[in-house]
Amino acid sequence: MSTPTTDKGPSGQEKQDVRRPGELNVRELARWGWRQLTSMRTALILLLLLALAAVPGSLVPQDGVDSLKADQWRAAHTTLTPIYERLGLFNVYSAPWFAAIYLLLMVSLVGCIIPRCLVYARAMRAQPPATPAKLTRLPDSATYVTDEEPEEVLAAARKELRGYRIRKDGGSDDSVSAEKGYLREAGNLVFHMSLIIVLVAFAFGSLFGYKGGVIVLVGEEYGFANELSQYDDFKPGSLFTPEDLDDFSFKIDDFKAEWLTTGPGAGTARGFESNLRYTAGASDEKKYDLKVNHPLTVGGTDIFLLAHGYAPVITVRDGEGNVAYSGPTIFLPQSQNLLSFGVVKAPYASPEQIGFQGLLYPFQGTVDGEPVNLMGDIGDGSNAMLSLQGFRGDLNLDAGPQSVYALDTSKAHMMSPDETGKAFNLRLGETAELPDGLGSVSFDDVQQWNRVQISKSPGKEWALLGVSLALVGLLGSLFIRPRRVWVRARRVDGRTLVEVAALDRSGGGDTASVVTGLVENLRGARTQEEKDV
Amino acid sequence: MSDHTWGVLSNQAITAAGVVYFLALLCALVEWSAWLSRAKAAVAAKELVPAGRGHSVQTPRESERVETNTVESSADGDRVDLDTPPPSGSGGSISEVTEYRAALFGRLSLMLTAIAVVCHLAALIARGMAADPNRVPWGNMYEFTISGSFVVAAAYVVLYRRLKLAWMAPWVLGFTVVVLMLAVVALYEPVAPLTEALNSYWLVIHVIAAIIATGGFTLGGIASLAYLLKNRFPDAALLARVPELAALDRVSYRIHAFAFPVWTFGVLISGPIWAHEAWGSYWNWDPKEVWAFITWVVYAGYLHARATAGWKGKKAAIVALIGLATLWFNFIGINYFSSTSQHSYAAPAAPAVVELTISEGASR
Ligand code: HEM
Repeated sequence: MSTPTTDKGPSGQEKQDVRRPGELNVRELARWGWRQLTSMRTALILLLLLALAAVPGSLVPQDGVDSLKADQWRAAHTTLTPIYERLGLFNVYSAPWFAAIYLLLMVSLVGCIIPRCLVYARAMRAQPPATPAKLTRLPDSATYVTDEEPEEVLAAARKELRGYRIRKDGGSDDSVSAEKGYLREAGNLVFHMSLIIVLVAFAFGSLFGYKGGVIVLVGEEYGFANELSQYDDFKPGSLFTPEDLDDFSFKIDDFKAEWLTTGPGAGTARGFESNLRYTAGASDEKKYDLKVNHPLTVGGTDIFLLAHGYAPVITVRDGEGNVAYSGPTIFLPQSQNLLSFGVVKAPYASPEQIGFQGLLYPFQGTVDGEPVNLMGDIGDGSNAMLSLQGFRGDLNLDAGPQSVYALDTSKAHMMSPDETGKAFNLRLGETAELPDGLGSVSFDDVQQWNRVQISKSPGKEWALLGVSLALVGLLGSLFIRPRRVWVRARRVDGRTLVEVAALDRSGGGDTASVVTGLVENLRGARTQEEKDV
Repeated sequence: MSDHTWGVLSNQAITAAGVVYFLALLCALVEWSAWLSRAKAAVAAKELVPAGRGHSVQTPRESERVETNTVESSADGDRVDLDTPPPSGSGGSISEVTEYRAALFGRLSLMLTAIAVVCHLAALIARGMAADPNRVPWGNMYEFTISGSFVVAAAYVVLYRRLKLAWMAPWVLGFTVVVLMLAVVALYEPVAPLTEALNSYWLVIHVIAAIIATGGFTLGGIASLAYLLKNRFPDAALLARVPELAALDRVSYRIHAFAFPVWTFGVLISGPIWAHEAWGSYWNWDPKEVWAFITWVVYAGYLHARATAGWKGKKAAIVALIGLATLWFNFIGINYFSSTSQHSYAAPAAPAVVELTISEGASR
């Protein structure tokens, strides 16, 4: 909390009890612990600890953020990995020690807020404090002497202090005690309570939500229905159940990208648009144009367009003339101009298994005899080229699950089209014979795909409400100045001595100007009257 | 005007701004040196009259003592304006020429700074006009850097009177000149269109907030740094131009108190809203987000520290500087060292790499 609290250590009270050490009983110990936990200093230290604890998560790849990268890191650092694994460094934000810090912080927050709410409720009803005996001892004060009656000065002061709450009895008859800026503490309380709303909403979202991704081919024959088995990758919250999946399905009718042909971004695309047809539950089919920054929301689920690419239609025939593999094959972009990498596996080819891996050049040109990709726009495909390395033998599929984007060549042999070239280079519509009568591979067509992210984060509205409230509270607590002002006027040696003092309890205010302003106004009023007379 | 002309104009305006900032810095240094000689004279005078109430004797080491100090002085009835020159003791004989020179060059420096800020703004606008389609000027590190340093300088000019920032001139100008030079020499990139994901008004709001807050925190950090130096070397003649600890603390707090809500809005409200639009979830624990959060928490710590007995003053200033370090690390370090960040303005967007396992399902 950001207004001063008394930070008495335990020693203040405990020292007075004359007791032998070790006699602190459980209740006292608990109270002592609670006071420590809810003290300002603890909150401060916990905050700094939280900041420190968040650091490793940004330096070590996180499973929950980029599992691929985390796995690569594990493979590259075999000694550190077990230690990191033990410390939870691949999952910092759900690690017990991280949770311990923010839970303590939350408890400390609650323990701090509740008593302060009560104090605040009482303060709201209370009168401004009585005027201190020695106003001139206050940090900002001023005195002047006038010929007005004390009552006149005090009446003028009451008028000047509009917007202040003024103590009814004045404390004593010779002074005015005024206070304003009560909303500062309210803002402070709202800010801190809103943080709890945010934390709870965030936790709710991470526990019950999910985030998944899927690559969907463009075209009538393909599509997506919202079932677990359809996702390529799926990250559920720990309390997520498949029943939470909203019931919808969609197809991508068409996909367009706008290709830049000039300037520094030439060859790359902007302005992506995916024309969807979707049905939600039992309702009719609807259309939606999915764009970047323009997601589709169905029920509580959000659907985003993340990436796009090409899927060459490849057919592999085996040595017996049977189709061993056929279909659009998703190639993953390696660069902004959509030079893409992909893999073909034909495990049932006979007499031997056949595999390919290689690159798709959407628009191939030649520089120094080497093929290069000039741009991502494949156009009519007349400049597209598929360059595949072939493998025969055992694709090692028995060894366990494999990525469809990687070929295990450890037990296979490379096969080349002839003695000179290493790769099978195919133009759209071409077919290449494999050596030794093993069959053929052809590049029949090109289709497009979209990578779509589908996610549900329940409670996000609450989180937004929470941060917005927090901001409003924060503004109040930073910019409303809690201020007490006193004016005392009394007869001294036949004239009236006026003392003015102000106190800003937030420590940021400029009370000096308040005092001078008030004094000027009070004296100015008098001068005015004198002129009138 | 063609896009190319705008681009050239932007580069020229940045150069002009840099040169004028430099001239302003020179003026500020002349003013500073006048103060230096005055402070030296005061010290000499103090040595001559050991019993006199020299300024440095009064200088408290901690802000708490400043408060009692102010209490005393106001009890005496004389209010000390914290920005007025230190009392030069009984025998501080500074020629009027020095006095005049300080005032003149101080004003000249401010005027030049204002001119440079206008050039700087023109450069930013021209940079945005040079892109096709026109856009906000923060597509890459170069643009973010010139925008950020613009906010530092502009905030200094705007707050000059209100927070009595005259003393800050050499600090702010030195900082701006160095940063602009680095931007031009090391970070310059030709104008390029924004990638699709950056084309969103939420992003514009988010980045404006981030840049304003960054500028504000930097300015506040300068005040905190000055606080620490003054606290450590209360008598240093070089720091004679720097106001009293209590005033420094208040200036620092007021700037931070402005920047913190802006940061909160930028990082915890508009950032997540935009991330939700663009990436599908409002918080991704992306390194950039993590560090923005760390910065936020550290500055929250600063605000707490200022209100905690035993932490206010020096320790609070240290926390503020830690916050500033995390802020800059996020901007510089994360862009260069972290490859997992989705904040792609430092480098071309990485292709979406998808891991697809043959064994289906939610097992991961
Ligand atoms: C230190 C804190 C941050 C700074 C200085 C910062 C600044 C920036 C800047 C300069 C850009 C690039 C704009 C452009 O190139 O046109 C950007 C982009 C972005 N920011 Fe932040 N930001 C911060 C924190 C956050 C946070 C907390 C979020 C919350 C999710 C966020 C979300 C985003 C997103 C999604 C982008 C677009 C990234 C991309 O795809 O390139 N940022 N930010």
